[in-house]
Amino acid sequence: MAERKVAWKKRADNTLIGGDHQRIDGFEKASGHAKYAADINTAGTLFARLLTFKGGAAVVKSIDIADAEKTPGVRAVEVFNGAGKEVRWDGTIVAAVAADTPEQAEDGVRAIKVTYEAKPHWVDEEDLPGATTSKRTKPLGDNQKGDVAAALKAAKHVHKGYYGIATISHMCLETHGSHCEWDGDDKLKVHLSTQNVSGTGGQFAGPLGIDASNVSITCNYIGGGFGSKFAADEWGVKCAQLSKKAGKPVRLMLDRATELKIGGTRPSGFAEVTIAADAEGNITVWDSHHWGTSGIAGSTISLGQLPYCFDGIPNRNRKATGISTNTGPNRAWRAPPHPQLCAVTDTVIDDLAAKMGANSYDIFMKNLDKTPKPDVYAEEMKIGAKLIDWKAKWHAHGKGGGKSVKRGLGMALHRWGGRAGATTCTVKVHPDGAVETFLGSQDLGTGTRTVIAITLAETFGLGINDVKVNLGNNSYPKANPSGGSITVGGVSGPHRRAGLEALWKIYDLVAAKYKVKADSLSAKGGKILSAGKSVCTWKQACGLLGPMPLEVQGQGPKDDGLTSAGVAGVQMADVSVDIETGIVRINELVAVQDCGLIIDELTARSQVYGGLIMGIAYALSEERVMDKRTGRFINADLENYKLPRIGDIGKLMVHMYQPDSEYERGVVGLGEPPVISTGAAISNAVANATGVRVPVQPLTPQRVLEALKGGQA
Amino acid sequence: MRDRDDQNRSGPDFNRRDFLKGSAAAATATAMATQGSEEAVAANLKTNVFAAAAQNVTLNVNGKDHTVKVEPRVTLLHVLRNNLNLTGCKEVDERSADGADTVLIDGKTVLAGSRLAIECEDKKIHTVESLRRGEKVDAVVAGFVKHDAMQCGFCTPGFVVATRAFLDKNPKASLADIQKGLGGNICRCGTYQGITMCALEISKGGK
Repeated sequence: MAERKVAWKKRADNTLIGGDHQRIDGFEKASGHAKYAADINTAGTLFARLLTFKGGAAVVKSIDIADAEKTPGVRAVEVFNGAGKEVRWDGTIVAAVAADTPEQAEDGVRAIKVTYEAKPHWVDEEDLPGATTSKRTKPLGDNQKGDVAAALKAAKHVHKGYYGIATISHMCLETHGSHCEWDGDDKLKVHLSTQNVSGTGGQFAGPLGIDASNVSITCNYIGGGFGSKFAADEWGVKCAQLSKKAGKPVRLMLDRATELKIGGTRPSGFAEVTIAADAEGNITVWDSHHWGTSGIAGSTISLGQLPYCFDGIPNRNRKATGISTNTGPNRAWRAPPHPQLCAVTDTVIDDLAAKMGANSYDIFMKNLDKTPKPDVYAEEMKIGAKLIDWKAKWHAHGKGGGKSVKRGLGMALHRWGGRAGATTCTVKVHPDGAVETFLGSQDLGTGTRTVIAITLAETFGLGINDVKVNLGNNSYPKANPSGGSITVGGVSGPHRRAGLEALWKIYDLVAAKYKVKADSLSAKGGKILSAGKSVCTWKQACGLLGPMPLEVQGQGPKDDGLTSAGVAGVQMADVSVDIETGIVRINELVAVQDCGLIIDELTARSQVYGGLIMGIAYALSEERVMDKRTGRFINADLENYKLPRIGDIGKLMVHMYQPDSEYERGVVGLGEPPVISTGAAISNAVANATGVRVPVQPLTPQRVLEALKGGQA
Repeated sequence: MRDRDDQNRSGPDFNRRDFLKGSAAAATATAMATQGSEEAVAANLKTNVFAAAAQNVTLNVNGKDHTVKVEPRVTLLHVLRNNLNLTGCKEVDERSADGADTVLIDGKTVLAGSRLAIECEDKKIHTVESLRRGEKVDAVVAGFVKHDAMQCGFCTPGFVVATRAFLDKNPKASLADIQKGLGGNICRCGTYQGITMCALEISKGGK
C-alpha cells in the first residue's frame, strides 16, 4: 500500500475548502437564540452591580457596607478594595453588590459609604516634558545599527516629523464578566465571557481554594474580546464569592463605563522620527525616539520592531521612554502592537515621499527589499493599486483639488505571524455515521466552529451540517486560547490529522469487507468510492465499526505542512477631507491580504472587512479621553466614545490573495493582520489630500483643523 | 385583578383620582408606609406617577401574554431578559446608544432599555426571537447568515430587528437610505459590510 501521508487535498480536489460557506451558528446568533455569559439566567440568579472609584488616584479611607447589606433585595456585598487600599486609576472596582434585581443591586451600591484620601495623579500620555518633570517616565532602552550620523550627511532627502496614536479601549459589546453557580461547597460552574476556555479554570480555583478539577468553564458564545478576555479576572473570582455568600447563582458583568475604563486598553505611542533616503529614494536612515503609556506600568509600543516591516534600513537609532499614567491597564489589543508601529512608520515613509515630490506608491515599492516578504508585498501592491485605481487618482501631496473638500490617496503595509496554536481534539465517528468533535476552544466570531466542520466534512466527504462541533467547555480536550490569530490553524490541523486517521481506519474496514484496495478509496458525497466508483455509503462504511464509536485524538501543531506562519498585507485608502470642518470621509478602502490556505472564504473576508472597519474607528474617531484635572476617563460611554456607524465606512474592497503558492503554505492565521495598516493608510490619504500631516490618530476634526492651522508637515 | 386595568398611564389623561386608586391598591397589597408622601407628590404632578412597589404587569410579547411582578422603575429590557429569558435583546450601554436592545412595539422600533415595562402594557411587543421559529425564518435573519453579517454576534439581533423594521417601512431602500436608516446601531467587530449587502439584496438595491 502506498504510504499514507497527512496533507491537505490537492487544491482542485476540494469540494468545500476554499469556498464561501455560511457559518454554522449563524441562525442561532442572528435570531437571538445564542446564549452568552451575559444571558445566563438559571433559577434564582442574582444580579451584581459595582461601586467604582471615580478619579485619578486615592487611598480608601473608610468603607461602610452595613446599609447596603440591609437594602431590600440585597443578598451579598463583596469589598474589592477596603480601607487602606490604594486605588490607582479611574474605574477601579471598590465593591460589588448582588441582589434579586439589578435595580436593587444599584440601591445597594448607592447605600455604600466610602471615603477617599486623594493622591496625586498623572494621566497625560503625550506630554513627555510634563511627565518627565512629574517623574513619571522611565527609559525603555535604546539601540543602534550602522552609522546614522554619517548616513544622514550622505543622504539626499531628510525628513523629520512628529507622529502618534492615542490609547483606545477594547470596548467589547458584551462586557467582561461571568455567571457563577456553586454545586455544594467545592464545585463551581462558571459561564465566562472568555477567549480562553481551557485556561481559566485554575484562575478561579486558586483564589477560591478549590481544586481546579472542580471548576467548570463554559463559553458557547462571546460578545467580543479582541485580546482582552484571557483571564478569570478579579471580578470573576468575586462573582463566585458573591454567589457563595448568597447561596445563589450570581451574574456579574461590568457596566459600560467600567468596561471602557478597566476592561483593557491598547497602549499609545508618540514618536519624533528622522528618516532619510538617497537620491533614488532608497531609505538609508531611521532615527526615532518614542514614548507612550500602557497604564500604571508605564510601557509603550515595543522598541524592537521599529521601523515596522522595514527592518532592513541599514542605519538606525531607536529609543523608547515609558510614561506611567493613572489609567486602566493595557491588554493585548488585536495585533499588538502592530497598528501603533505601523502608525509611526508608514506615515513617516509617506512624508519622505512627499518631501521628495515622489509618488508614495513608488517609494514603498522601492524599499520593499528591506521587508520580510518583498515579492508578496509587490504583488499585493499591484493588485491594490488596480482596485483603487491608484495611477489615475494619484496627485502630488497637497494637490487634492476642490475648494473646501480635498481628496487624497494613501497606502500602508503590514505583517503578522499567525502560527497554529497548540490544540487537541477528540473526533468521534459513530457507527450510524454521525460525526462529532470535542475541544476546549471558543468561537470569537471568527468562524472557528465553521472551519472545524468544513475540515472534517471535506475529509469525510460529508456536508458541513453533518458534523457536530462541541466546543466552549473546559472538560473537552485542551485548546489554545484564541489570541494572536492562532486558532484557525490551531484547530484545522488537528482535525485534518484526526479525520484522516479515522478515515484510513474506515478505509481498511471497507477494503476488507468489499474486497477493494484501501489505497484506491476516496470519500465524497456521502459515499466511499473505489477508483471513482461507489463502493458503499458513508453510513454503511461506519456500520463496519461495530457497536462502539471510533474515537481519534488530533493534535497540533505539527511540522507536516498543514499549517505555517507569516503573512504580509497591503491596504490603500481614498478619502475626502473637509478643510472647513475637519471631517474626514472614507471614499474607498482596499485590502489585499494573504493568509495561506483559506478554509472558508466568506468568514475570511468578514475578518478583513471587520479589520478595515475597526481600522476606520481608531484612525478617525475612537480614543480614550482623560481629564487631567480629575484624572477621569470622560468619554466612557457609547455616545462619546466614537465608533463608526454603518454610513461611515465608504466602499470597502477586499481581495484575498491566494495563488497556489499560498495554498501550498497551509493554514495561517488571519484575525490580526487586516486591522494593522488601515490607520496609516488613512492618515497618509489625508496628508496626500491636504498636504499636511495630521500627526496623531485618531484624526478627529479637532486634530485635522489644528494641523491645517499649523501648515505644512 | 391587576392594579391598573382601567387606567391609561401613557398620556395626559392621567389624573389624580386614577393615581390614588392605583396607589391605594398597591399600598393595600404591600402595606407601603410611604403612601402618604407619594400622594403628596402626586398632587403636584400631572404626569405619570406610580407607587414604587413591585406590581403585576402584563406584557404581550411575541403573541403571548406574560404577567410579571416588577417595580415601576424596571425597564422593558430587563423584563424581557431577566424575567422572560428573551435574551436576544442585549444590554450594551445603559444609555441605549447602540441599538442592541432594539425591539418592536406595535411594529415600531423601540430601544427596550429606554422604556419602562409598565409603559408597555396593552401593546404588541416583538423581539428578535419571533423572527425565527423552528423552520420559519425571516428573510432578514436568513440574509444576515447568507452575507455573514455577524462576527461575535452580540450586536446582531438588535441589527436584525432594526433592519426588519427599516425594510418594512422602506421596502425599496437605496444604499444611501440604508446607511442612514440603520445608523442607530453599533457593531464593534465591523460587520457593516454584510449588513449593508443583506439589506440591499432584500430591497433589490432600491429599484
